[in-house]
Amino acid sequence: MAALSVVVVRKRFPAVGAAPEKLVLHDLRFRVAAGETVAVLGPSGCGKTTLLNLIAGLDREFEGRIERPAGRLAFVFQEPRLLPWRTVEDNLRFVLDGVPDASARIRTALGEVELPEVGPVYASRLSLGMARRVALARALVVRPSLLLLDEPFVSLDQPTAWRLRLLLLELLARHRTTTLIVTHEPREAVMLADRILLLSAAPARLRAELAVPLSFDERREQARIEAVARALLPDLREPIAAEAA
Amino acid sequence: MGLSGPLSATELAAAASSAAAARSRRFEPRRLLAPLSVLVLAGLWAATAWLLDSPRLFPSPALVLEAILREFRAGELLIHLGWTLMRVAVAFLLAMAIGAAIGIAMGRMALIDDFGRPWLLFFLNLPALVTIVLCYIWLGLGEVAAVVAVAINKIPNVAVTLREGAKALDQALFEMAQVFAVPKRLVLEHIVLPQLAPYFLAAARSGLALVWKIVLVVELLGRPNGVGFQIHSAFQLFDVATVLAYALAFMAVVQLIEWAGFQPLARRLERWRR
Ligand SMILES: Nc1ncnc2c1ncn2[C@@H]1O[C@H](COP(=O)(O)OP(=O)(O)O)[C@@H](O)[C@H]1O
Ligand SMILES: [Mg+2]
Repeated sequence: MAALSVVVVRKRFPAVGAAPEKLVLHDLRFRVAAGETVAVLGPSGCGKTTLLNLIAGLDREFEGRIERPAGRLAFVFQEPRLLPWRTVEDNLRFVLDGVPDASARIRTALGEVELPEVGPVYASRLSLGMARRVALARALVVRPSLLLLDEPFVSLDQPTAWRLRLLLLELLARHRTTTLIVTHEPREAVMLADRILLLSAAPARLRAELAVPLSFDERREQARIEAVARALLPDLREPIAAEAA
Repeated sequence: MGLSGPLSATELAAAASSAAAARSRRFEPRRLLAPLSVLVLAGLWAATAWLLDSPRLFPSPALVLEAILREFRAGELLIHLGWTLMRVAVAFLLAMAIGAAIGIAMGRMALIDDFGRPWLLFFLNLPALVTIVLCYIWLGLGEVAAVVAVAINKIPNVAVTLREGAKALDQALFEMAQVFAVPKRLVLEHIVLPQLAPYFLAAARSGLALVWKIVLVVELLGRPNGVGFQIHSAFQLFDVATVLAYALAFMAVVQLIEWAGFQPLARRLERWRR
């Protein structure tokens, strides 16, 4: 029972000025089952954001076919993309037009990301870590049938990133949302995903598809994550060790 | 970032509001400079008038004040201020509405931008006097011609400002709204207008300053009332005190609009910034 089905035969960006035409995605096919969390792991610049833009329908210029589940879509972008001139509460209300119990849902969502009191604060006043949590709350508050996350914890300090990953792990387990998370960070993929799609450098192809044999509790232990990452991704040993240092 | 999010958020809000309160409460000697400079200007004016000793051609501040009071008691001042203010208001609103529509269309659509640019250049460089004369010739010496002439002078400036605003709209936020299927009216209210507001305000402020000066010229050339008409009449009598009386009175009105209208509005619009 596939909730999301992706076939990208070719995605290229046309030549602009001196820059030549660029083939970014090539022959990429995969499915995500309902309730499953899949991570797309690949080096920076390989086409991960491009892939999410295709799936979200923001970019329709490609050869292939993408089928999304019925229901609402949610996207946590690489940058939080909040409305700085609106309060946190109004930022969430912005995506809840016509929802009768909006206020209650906003309260619940802010509680889930452990920011129960920031409702009346302007989004411009948030730290990056808080803004990322609000972006996550905005995504969850719509009760999406498909959640897309684009390197949601990039450029945070390590302890904050770890805390937010734990939070996301819990929320994904609780809501069983069908989720596609894109990252260049192997440990993040191992920790959060049921399955990892390993991409090559651009033009991105599917290099491997790996099931992650970890239980919910095991995913909360850094040592277990580290061990599985090394076992699953032997050729990535160096970068992992380097990041752990 | 503190590890306990809720706490740091409330701390932040508290810090922001107490800082604002402290700023408004604390006495700053620098604030006295502006009133002081007004007094110095008036003093220089009075001293020059005393030295020249020619009250008809260079009246003292006291004489001008007297002229203001005389015109006010005669009921003339308010009537003419009223006429001018009305023309300013109509021309201003017309120019803001049409200029904003043109500017936003140019800022959002490259074809309209390319097509409209030469027109904009033409009208930006067209002398105000030419527009006024042509409007009076083609539309007749009436109220419509007067207001249209003023508006035409201001529209290109508004269009240029709002075009910049429309070009600077953040594409990433539109994408966010699209992904979350947010209806157009909410996108307009929460994404487009907040970003255009500073440009509207800038256009409005510079617009008011320009429009009222042109309205005086329009009145001088072809209206039987208004501040410009009164200045013209006083000019023919070489009555400098009355010229200055009307000029100062209207400048005061414009300054009042700035203080009571634009400044509070600007503060409101800026509230969300750090
Ligand atoms: N609009 C665009 N026009 C041309 N090239 C682009 C565009 N967007 C991305 N690219 C290129 O496509 C490649 C993949 O980009 P991206 O999907 O952002 O990578 P990732 O998210 O994996 O870091 C990069 O080489 C980038 O330069
Ligand atoms: Mg990216």
